[in-house]
Amino acid sequence: MPVTRGFFGKRRPERPDRLPPGQYDTGSSWPTLTAEATPVLDVDTWTMTVDGLAARPHTWSWRELHALPDSTYFGDIHCVTTWSKFDMTFRGISVDTLLEVAMPMPEAQFVMAHSTTGYTTNLPLADVTGGKAWVVWEVDGKPLPRGHGGPVRLLVPHLYFWKSAKWVTRLELMERDRPGFWEQNGYHDRGDPWLEQRYQGDP
Amino acid sequence: MAAPTGDWTTGTIIELDHPTDRLVRLRLHVDDRVDHLPGQHYVVRLRAPDDYTAQRSYSVASDPDDPLLELMVECLPGGEVSGHLHDVAEVGDVLELRGPIGGWFVWDGDVPAVCIAGGSGVVPVVAMTRYARRLGLQERLRVVVVARTWAELPYAAELQRYGAFIALTRENLGDRVAAPPYHDELAPYLDGVERAYVCGSVGFASYATRMLEESGIRSDTIRVEQFGESG
Repeated sequence: MPVTRGFFGKRRPERPDRLPPGQYDTGSSWPTLTAEATPVLDVDTWTMTVDGLAARPHTWSWRELHALPDSTYFGDIHCVTTWSKFDMTFRGISVDTLLEVAMPMPEAQFVMAHSTTGYTTNLPLADVTGGKAWVVWEVDGKPLPRGHGGPVRLLVPHLYFWKSAKWVTRLELMERDRPGFWEQNGYHDRGDPWLEQRYQGDP
Repeated sequence: MAAPTGDWTTGTIIELDHPTDRLVRLRLHVDDRVDHLPGQHYVVRLRAPDDYTAQRSYSVASDPDDPLLELMVECLPGGEVSGHLHDVAEVGDVLELRGPIGGWFVWDGDVPAVCIAGGSGVVPVVAMTRYARRLGLQERLRVVVVARTWAELPYAAELQRYGAFIALTRENLGDRVAAPPYHDELAPYLDGVERAYVCGSVGFASYATRMLEESGIRSDTIRVEQFGESG
C-alpha cells in the first residue's frame, strides 16, 4: 500500500507492545459507542441466564449473582473504532463460574451473548472459558455507568470490545456459529485485535 | 438485504474544499469501488514512510449513484487523521480506503423513517436524502437537524432545500428563535415513521434518543450512530 504524501504520524505509541495494529491509546478518556437507545435497566428484575446446549440451564437474579465468588480483570481493552484503553479494572464474576453451574454439553462450541436491548454477539466458547471472560458491574472501583453497559455487561477483553455485550442478560450455548448483531453487519465473527480481525473476511 | 462490504483499496482525491474552517470535503475516485448503501462508512488509513499507520472511519455523504465518493470530515483538535486531511491533503493524493462498511445505520427506502442529526452527524443523512431525492422517496424520509449556527452546519442549504427541519441553538433562523427542537416541532416529522436514525456526538445521541422516546418512538426502532473524541 502507498505511503501517504505528507503524513508522518504524531501518535507513536509509548507502549507499542500493548497496542494492537491500527489502534491508538485513548489515554484517560473512554469513548462510548452504542448502536441502540441506551436502556434503563432495573437490577430488581434483571436476570442472567445460561441456556441452550447446557445440561443444567440456569438463571440468576442480581442478588444471586453477587453471592457468587467475585473475580477481577486488570488490563487493557481494545475497540474496533481504533482506540485502546490501558490499565482498567473491572469487577464481577468469571463466566467460568456460571458455566460450572450450567454445564455446557460436549457439542457446545459457540456462545451467543444476548442483551436486554436485543443486541447479540457471537463468540467461540473457548474465548469465554479459562479465565478469559467476565460478567462485570464495577469499573475502577465504581458502579459501571449506564452508557458503558451499566449496571452489567459482558467483558471479553482479549477481543474487540463489541464482543463485550452491554446490558448482557443471557449466554446461549450453541453447536454451530451464527452471526450476532455487528457480525451480520459486516464485522468479524471472532474479532482478535492482535490479528486485526475487524471485518468479515479479515484472515 | 445484506449491506455491501468492500475490501482495502485506494482512492484518489479529485476535489477538495473547505466549506468552513473546521470542515474538509473530499471527493475521491475509488479503485474497484463497491457501491454503498446510504448511511454506510469508509475507513481512511494514512501510512507514514516507516509504515506507521493511523485509521479512522468516516460516513459517506454521496449518493451511491455518484461517480465519486464524498466524505465530509470535521477537523478535531489534535486529530491525527482529520488534521492531515484538513491541513495536508491535496487533490491528486492517493489514500488507502476500506469500505463500504456497516449494515445497521443504513436506509434503502424500505420503511418510512426519520433522521435526527446533530452538527457533522448530518453526513450519513445527506447520503440518505440524496438517495431519496434521486428515487423520489422524499415522502419516506424526514429529516430534523440540530446545529449551533448555520455556518457550522455542513450541507445546511442542501438540507433546507430537501425540506429538513433545522433547529439552530445559538442563532435565530428566519423567525425561529434559537433553541433546541421542541416536542411540538418534532411531532409532524415523527408521525407514521417506522424507524428513527440518530447521528451525532455522544451527548447529542443521548439527548435525541431521549427526546424520541418521550415522543412515543419505540426504543427498538431507534438506530444510533455516534462519534466522539477519537479524531
